[in-house]
Amino acid sequence: MSETLQHIVIVFGILFGLLTLAAGLIWIERRLLGVWQNRYGPNRVGPLGIFIVLADMIKIFFKEDWIPPFADKKVFVIAPTIIMFVVLMSWAVVPVAPGVVVLDLNVGILFFLAMSSIGIYSTVLAGWASNNKYSLLGGLRMSAQMFSYEVFMGLSLMGVVIMAGSFNLTDIVNAQKNMWFVVPQFLGFIIFFIAGLAESHRLPFDMPEAESELIAGFHSEYSGMKFGMFFVGEYVGVTLISAFIVTLFFGGWHGPVLPPFVWFFLKMMFFICLFVLLRAALPRPRYDQLLSYGWKILLPLALLNIVVTGGLVLAFE
Amino acid sequence: MATIYVDGKTYEVNPNNNLLHECLQKGIDIPYFCWHPAMGSVGSCRQCAVKQYKDENDTTGQIVMSCMVPAADGTRISVDDEEAVEFRRSVIEWLMTNHPHDCPICDEGGECHLQDMTVMAGHNYRRFRFKKKTYINQYLGPLINHEMNRCIQCYRCVRFYKDYAHGDDLDVFGAHNHIYFGRHEDGVLENEFSGNLVEVCPTGVFTDKTLKEHYTRKWDMTTAPSICTHCGVGCNTIGAERYGSVRRILNRYNGQVNGYFLCDRGRYGYDYVNSEDRIRTPMMRQENGELESASKELVLNTLKEALKSKKNIIGIGSPRASVESNYALKKFVGSDRYYTGLSDTESKLVDKIIGILKNAPVRSPSLKDIRESDAVFILGEDVTNTAPMMALALRQSIRQEPLKLVDMLKIPRWHEYAVQDTLQQRKGPFFIASVTGTKLDDIATRTYRAESDDIARLGFAVAHILNKDAPAVKKLNKEVKQLAEVIAGALKKAERPVIVSGTSLGNEVIVHAAANVAAALSKEDRRTNLSYIVPEANTMGVGLLGGGSIGDAIRGVKDKKADTLIIFENDLYRRANKSNVDSFLKHFKHIIVVDYMQHTTTQRATAVLPAGTFGETDGTFVNYEGRAQRYFQVYYPEQEIKESWRWLRDATLQAGHNDFKEWQNLDAVVGAINREVAAFRKINEAAPNSRFRIAGLKMSRASARYSGRTSIRSHENVHEQKPPDDPDSPFTFTMEGYSGIKPPGLTNLFWAPRWNSVQALTRFQEEIDGPLRGGDPGVRLIEPAQRFSFSYFTDVPAAFEKRNDEFYTVPLHHIFGSDELSIKAPWIGELAPKPYVLLNKEDAGVKEYNEGDEVEVQLSSGTWKLPVKISDSIPAGVIGIPAGLPGLETAILPGWSTISK
Amino acid sequence: MVSLLKSLWYVFLHMFQKRVTVQYPEEKNYLPPRWRGRIVLTRDPDGEERCVACYLCSVACPVDCIALAATEEEDGRRYPDFFRINFSRCIYCGYCEEACPTYAIQLIPDFEMAEYNRQNMVYEKEHLLINGEGKYHGYNFYKYAGLELKNKGKGEGENEAPPVDPKSLMP
Repeated sequence: MSETLQHIVIVFGILFGLLTLAAGLIWIERRLLGVWQNRYGPNRVGPLGIFIVLADMIKIFFKEDWIPPFADKKVFVIAPTIIMFVVLMSWAVVPVAPGVVVLDLNVGILFFLAMSSIGIYSTVLAGWASNNKYSLLGGLRMSAQMFSYEVFMGLSLMGVVIMAGSFNLTDIVNAQKNMWFVVPQFLGFIIFFIAGLAESHRLPFDMPEAESELIAGFHSEYSGMKFGMFFVGEYVGVTLISAFIVTLFFGGWHGPVLPPFVWFFLKMMFFICLFVLLRAALPRPRYDQLLSYGWKILLPLALLNIVVTGGLVLAFE
Repeated sequence: MATIYVDGKTYEVNPNNNLLHECLQKGIDIPYFCWHPAMGSVGSCRQCAVKQYKDENDTTGQIVMSCMVPAADGTRISVDDEEAVEFRRSVIEWLMTNHPHDCPICDEGGECHLQDMTVMAGHNYRRFRFKKKTYINQYLGPLINHEMNRCIQCYRCVRFYKDYAHGDDLDVFGAHNHIYFGRHEDGVLENEFSGNLVEVCPTGVFTDKTLKEHYTRKWDMTTAPSICTHCGVGCNTIGAERYGSVRRILNRYNGQVNGYFLCDRGRYGYDYVNSEDRIRTPMMRQENGELESASKELVLNTLKEALKSKKNIIGIGSPRASVESNYALKKFVGSDRYYTGLSDTESKLVDKIIGILKNAPVRSPSLKDIRESDAVFILGEDVTNTAPMMALALRQSIRQEPLKLVDMLKIPRWHEYAVQDTLQQRKGPFFIASVTGTKLDDIATRTYRAESDDIARLGFAVAHILNKDAPAVKKLNKEVKQLAEVIAGALKKAERPVIVSGTSLGNEVIVHAAANVAAALSKEDRRTNLSYIVPEANTMGVGLLGGGSIGDAIRGVKDKKADTLIIFENDLYRRANKSNVDSFLKHFKHIIVVDYMQHTTTQRATAVLPAGTFGETDGTFVNYEGRAQRYFQVYYPEQEIKESWRWLRDATLQAGHNDFKEWQNLDAVVGAINREVAAFRKINEAAPNSRFRIAGLKMSRASARYSGRTSIRSHENVHEQKPPDDPDSPFTFTMEGYSGIKPPGLTNLFWAPRWNSVQALTRFQEEIDGPLRGGDPGVRLIEPAQRFSFSYFTDVPAAFEKRNDEFYTVPLHHIFGSDELSIKAPWIGELAPKPYVLLNKEDAGVKEYNEGDEVEVQLSSGTWKLPVKISDSIPAGVIGIPAGLPGLETAILPGWSTISK
Repeated sequence: MVSLLKSLWYVFLHMFQKRVTVQYPEEKNYLPPRWRGRIVLTRDPDGEERCVACYLCSVACPVDCIALAATEEEDGRRYPDFFRINFSRCIYCGYCEEACPTYAIQLIPDFEMAEYNRQNMVYEKEHLLINGEGKYHGYNFYKYAGLELKNKGKGEGENEAPPVDPKSLMP
């Protein structure tokens, strides 16, 4: 009974914390962008403008939830729910602290990869159902981009798996007790980081949205809470990728003095901030550059990483 | 055809014209001021300079004025030559040295030929730093504003006023640098065509004073092609509106009808549309006996009972309502219950006229034909007052015969001063037989003053001399006989004679006499032009539609057992005796009047519905010539104002009749007329129908640069409303739509790139001074029959004998005042004469009346107290009373009257 | 790759720089005199309306947000009967000011004209007319127009010669 209760607490704790964090990211991102662009960002609503989150929420809930008459209505409604579903499900396998994990799957990494593959559907279907040429182009770009980066995202993780000898994320964290995997698997980390950026279609890899050319791409036609789901999905995606980087390469909850949960959180926040910094600093590459960079550089590097890691592991064991 | 070379390009041109004319014709822009297609070239402004070369080897060339050089075969000129360009630029710079900086407050601004030419000639920087000349302006009456500062001394005004319209109170004074265009002293311009100075003047010296009262720039007005409603000539006009009121009338060129000019009644009579006396809402007689405004629904609902049975309804149409409305009424009530709304005399005369024009060996001429006539015989009409534009056309005809001399001397006709020097005082034959003096007397070869029957006798006599088959006139006195010989001789010699008569004297025998003269003149290969002047815009239309007169309605009412009367746009009291109309109206339980002006008849109505004027409705009028012409709604009224036929449709639908269920727009009505009335078989050719599009677009009423559309109504509601639709015509009410050169019947704006003034007209003409591109609009419904059935009228009247106790009273028409509608414009009212009675000197002597004495004139239609005016020219035993003036509207003329002090 | 990292670093360093944001409405920015803001109608040095209702502003307006109607005083001086600007449409392009031949219409450095009710964005003449000359001082159109007015005869304006006597034969 108490175990069930504990489980429920963990589930809702993570869910609640995650959504709060995603909402808070609205504020964090805008404040950080302000900081790096010599301005203030939101500073009018509440102390330091923190209640902008609330204001945004209220606005997004009360906005007219409009479905264009030319849209494919069912698909149009389903699309944004997929992304929410997928990123939340992925979070189920992330160990936040020892024992604090919703689902301690033995194929945690594969589950995560599977979920992020399903995530493509959300944007592709949204682009398709909107029945708008810009949305469709956005959806197409999204599918090609995610499909490509999926490949070496998975491959880049194989080094970690080889070293930890397990797909289970708790095991992987435990395997980093002495040395974070970022040291031996630096190449893997870089590739995963770039692929993660592309997966969460954050700047500089936000070609599917590209407001300057596709006027927000796949979610042009969305408004109200449906748009909100894409929005929250994106922020949860950012936290997810950050959490995975921390788990896989930066020793998860491991750290001195502070409790494990805090370490995990701090490390994750660092990467979230890095994501924002990237957005503030880097321009968007051309679409063909993005794909050829993936296939021509990252893929060979990822394969090399596996071969070298595998070889060394075999040699030293 | 001749070949000329302009800047290395070859053009095929007409060698009878000058270079300027032909270059403009070919779309080459040459600036000019003094040249006018109707008035020829005088070469005074020096603006149209081009360089002419002797042959292809000549590279030096010489500057010539293109308006003074014939477009002879092989002429080589350069318009773009540097020296020519510089010459033109300097000329305009000189002209501009004294031109004031007042374009912002000048009414010509934005449609100013001088502005256009300044830009075209390339003068764009003012170097003149000295004092500018100023002039004291003159008061020229309520129609024309004078601002002499703006004058550029092109002489167009006096050339039009004196040479074209034969006015004698506008001239050029002073010398060299002190030239002044104006009257010898302040005063109203006397010529009836003075309004054209507004369009003739290339700058703002003469501007429309009535427009000044509600000034709006050309680009801001919503315009539509219209037809003048003030007489039977049917001049083409452009109505212009802004902020819900009609702002001005501009001439709309029609090569066959009015050409470049309008009369002042037509140009300035528009203000009745904005009048206080307009009916703008449906009205109903309330229980307390008062006529009060009511909602459309309420009024139509109460009319249900009145319209229940068609057999109880009598309909009276009107010569000022469109063909469509009259037809709708006739169709609804049936031929035997429809009356045209013409008075007894008018109805009789119009029927006669149509019969003659259809069957006699004559042809009804357009104004263009009249302008080109070389002999004129007017029977009984004071043309300047009954059909002013025809008078202007007749004034041009006196040149035609002497022009043979000009041709013989090989002087080109466009070479105006050379032509004038050749013509000197020569005039073509021009004969007027009238009751009293007319305004054309100054150009007449001979005039004849007599009572109307005597005028007819002269006509019959002339016909008899021309052709012995025509009946002879008995007991003709010697002088008249001799005059008849002279007239007959002149007419016989002429190649294109025209006989003019009309309905204004209300005398049938004059109409017969005119027909006899024309028929006697006709030859196998050529029908003589015979023009009958009719009083109102659609008199011929209702005549062709057919129906009884108001008198027939009054006489027939007892047998008809009707209790409902529908009157369309007609004031019965102007057309029949007051007592008769009073007793006639008593027969009806319901009197429904559909009209736009309040008058005596609307006072007697039980229900009044607001009809539209030319400003608010579309329709077709048929002019004196038998030409059907369409006019288009100028603007969308705010109130519930509709075509009379639409009211009838709505009311009858409400009452359960489905006659007009299909009539959704004007096309349906026109289509029905086209199918059902033989005389109107061609009416649908009068103008393109509502489905007409260019490049898939409707035509725009507003100019492409119409301003203020997001703020005109923003004080009422900041949210913009959808503009109204127009189901009846191919026009939109906004600037959306096609704004290029529209087909001729739909021209609502003379504008072309670089040509903002009315001079842009040359771009709309197929041939300068010829038809508009695509042919002149309107369709002639009366063409002379191939095989005519005509026998000479034999009802030669006896000579007039004066009575001792009674006077034969004739109507005297006035350009300002006699028309029912234009008099509502305050400025026309100001120019209208005060009521008077015109008496012969002899009669006045017998009666011992002095000029100005108040006398009582007793007619069958009433008694009036009028001041006496004494004249030499009116025959003894005849008196004249001005027709239609306020206070005299109900005098039914002609008739016998008694006078007492 | 290095350049990317460099730009990341430089952007990161912005954290330690001063912020440039002006905290409007507590702090106000400097607006130059030729700032294109709210539109006003000015008066000439004699205190009369400068606008002569020539309609040039309304025709120059690309969004057609100016409507006016001309009327005249008894002596012929022209002025607008009404003058309406729908500021909810105005794009503050300044074409009206450029078109104005009398310096009557001027754009001034004021942009604080937001309203909760759009209807209040419609300004009539009484809202537009100010009691001053605005940016351009000393100009009075009627002194140069050559027109005869109540207190100015022909030839009494600037650069005007006394009226011509048509009866004179002098050169």
